[in-house]
Amino acid sequence: MSEEYNKGYLDMELLRFTTAGSVDDGKSTLIGRLLYDSKAIFEDQMESIERASLKTGDGEVNLALLTDGLRAEREQGITIDVAYRYFATPKRKFIIADTPGHVQYTRNMVTGASTANVALVLIDARNGVIEQTLRHAFIASLLQIPHIIVCINKMDLVEFKEETFEGIKSDFDRIATKLDVHDIRFVPISAKLGDNVVDRSKNMNWYDGPTLLYLLENIHIASDINHNDTRFPVQYVIRPMKDEFHDYRGYAGRIEGGVFKVGDKVKVLPSGLTTKIKSIDVFEGNLEEAFAPQSVALSLEDDIDISRGNLIIKDNGLPRSGQDIDMMICWFHEKPMVLGGKYILKHTTNDMRCVVRDVKYKIDVNTLEHNNEEKRIGINDIAKITIKTTKPLFYDTYNTNRKTGSVILIDEATNNTVAAGMIV
Amino acid sequence: MDSKYRINHLRELEAESIFVIREVVAQFENPCMLFSGGKDSIVMFHLARKAFWPARVPFPLMHIDTGHNFKETLDYRDMLMKETETKLIVRYVQDSIDQGKVVDETGVNASRNILQTTTLLDGIEEMKFDCAMGGGRRDEEKARAKERFFSHRDEFGQWDPKNQRPELWNIFNGRKHMGEHFRVFPISNWTEMDVWQYIMLENIPIPSLYFSHEREVVNRDGTILAAGEFVTLKEGEIPQKRIVRFRTIGDMTCTGAVESKANTLEEIIDEVAATRVTERGGRYDDKRSEAAMEDRKKEGYF
Repeated sequence: MSEEYNKGYLDMELLRFTTAGSVDDGKSTLIGRLLYDSKAIFEDQMESIERASLKTGDGEVNLALLTDGLRAEREQGITIDVAYRYFATPKRKFIIADTPGHVQYTRNMVTGASTANVALVLIDARNGVIEQTLRHAFIASLLQIPHIIVCINKMDLVEFKEETFEGIKSDFDRIATKLDVHDIRFVPISAKLGDNVVDRSKNMNWYDGPTLLYLLENIHIASDINHNDTRFPVQYVIRPMKDEFHDYRGYAGRIEGGVFKVGDKVKVLPSGLTTKIKSIDVFEGNLEEAFAPQSVALSLEDDIDISRGNLIIKDNGLPRSGQDIDMMICWFHEKPMVLGGKYILKHTTNDMRCVVRDVKYKIDVNTLEHNNEEKRIGINDIAKITIKTTKPLFYDTYNTNRKTGSVILIDEATNNTVAAGMIV
Repeated sequence: MDSKYRINHLRELEAESIFVIREVVAQFENPCMLFSGGKDSIVMFHLARKAFWPARVPFPLMHIDTGHNFKETLDYRDMLMKETETKLIVRYVQDSIDQGKVVDETGVNASRNILQTTTLLDGIEEMKFDCAMGGGRRDEEKARAKERFFSHRDEFGQWDPKNQRPELWNIFNGRKHMGEHFRVFPISNWTEMDVWQYIMLENIPIPSLYFSHEREVVNRDGTILAAGEFVTLKEGEIPQKRIVRFRTIGDMTCTGAVESKANTLEEIIDEVAATRVTERGGRYDDKRSEAAMEDRKKEGYF
């Protein structure tokens, strides 16, 4: 792999970030600005939004229109759903999960946050930290996004004043103490004019920190993956049925934690049987070692019964196991959660049934207060619940591994995904 | 962390796509992969081969043949299927026309692009496929930006953008009722640039149409169309020889070429990096209206 890195532009890292903020915060304008200034917007797209701007009578070209995808949204000036945007600089390729920030869209923010390395939280400099800011920061911490960049926007409308920036910064720091976030950065910007987005602002000489794009390009994300506890959920068993690979069995999957090497002693869960890694196979040949997030196939020394849903680990750093599990959930569906109701649970490559045993508390996303009495959980609610599964689950807590610590709940009758769960 | 344990963006996209393709085979009983002979489906098929190596790809490919394909694409397709011992199913738009299910468009801008949807849905129903993988990418077009990896279709094959299942982490919900099916897009997160870089990195053969060549073309409202038996000339249009290449390969009737001298993958990548028009900018089918793709997708288009 190392020679690839020497090939210049192939030496790029992938960074996923999510944006939280309402239309009024200038979120779409900021994304439009990032795409435009990094030259990810093409002429025909520009022409198309120029046409659309004329239609809505905005007067000037509205960069926000770039990110409003569907006709219904353009007509109503709203965003219905998570939209994914892409741009790249010579250093990194970026995937933006662009989510609407209104309270009724908590579920979309949760969805966008689930895969993000970085959360951009937008604050309107005129309004400072408001209820909504707290909600956005809380969701970022709930979903364990490792890095938060607070963009204090519309600095042009507060005369680019340092005191305004510093005041908002300390207000945010105060709420952050209530949250489980570790890496927070602040950038004063004007998305509309471009100050400190891609290019350094000439209006804020008092700010000597990096621009937003510089942060996005340089924030250290390699340690975001858990490289200590080895986790290999078996996804599929490869059996070639060809003469030359007659007895071959490859356990295909994506490594969700740690490093596996040829010769490593491994344990298979739930059977508990142990064996050794014979080879790590990919299309190009064999690897000596493989690590998260690679997709590989493992072949093992001993012929033991392994199927989809099994977990292969090394002997150190065992996962938890059990059937009574506490988790934070975000409810996604109009049909409220049924206490005592049965749902299908999906966890890594496993499917099983579960029953909701208890609601411990519901969280008011605007004040972060816990309500221990409320048992009714409906759309966009966040709560701590206890479930019981039909068979033992092998899992990690969400804050030690986002992949082996997360689940979704599915309604048995409709097959809809009704909740996302983070195991605590 | 040791920089030894990191992979570049192409390898990460590759790992994600392989995971998705394996998930399809694990979750569905009778999946297929849609193959057009274009670069995106070529890359998707390459990823499928990697996902199941050393076994063969455990599902058939399906090509919806409009009858307006470039010969180069069909030759390439047949060569690739033979080399990889892959089962290919071809369903013809002409058959849907002959059966009276759809009516061929007439006139100078006639295209069979929209007609494909009927042939595709019929093919899925006939073969009882419960999942069809496609090479759609979210960066291609506005309506695609909100598409899921696992996209649920009702029993009429339709897509409802307001009622999609949320998709979190890498947990994909492929559960469905009888008669419904899924469209799965394994390369959702790839951009045009990623696809080209990957083709170069992996040294994947592609049809010659993607490289610069001399061809008789007509320029229609800024779209350079290949002059051939399927493109009806407007009055006053005279085909001219130009040095061109194609950025996307679809029907001859709606795929626009670009004037280009790019003859190697390196040159194509440089050109893609410098270009200021999206690849679908040359697609006549998208120019029909601002929401052309959104409308076609709702009906069950690719």
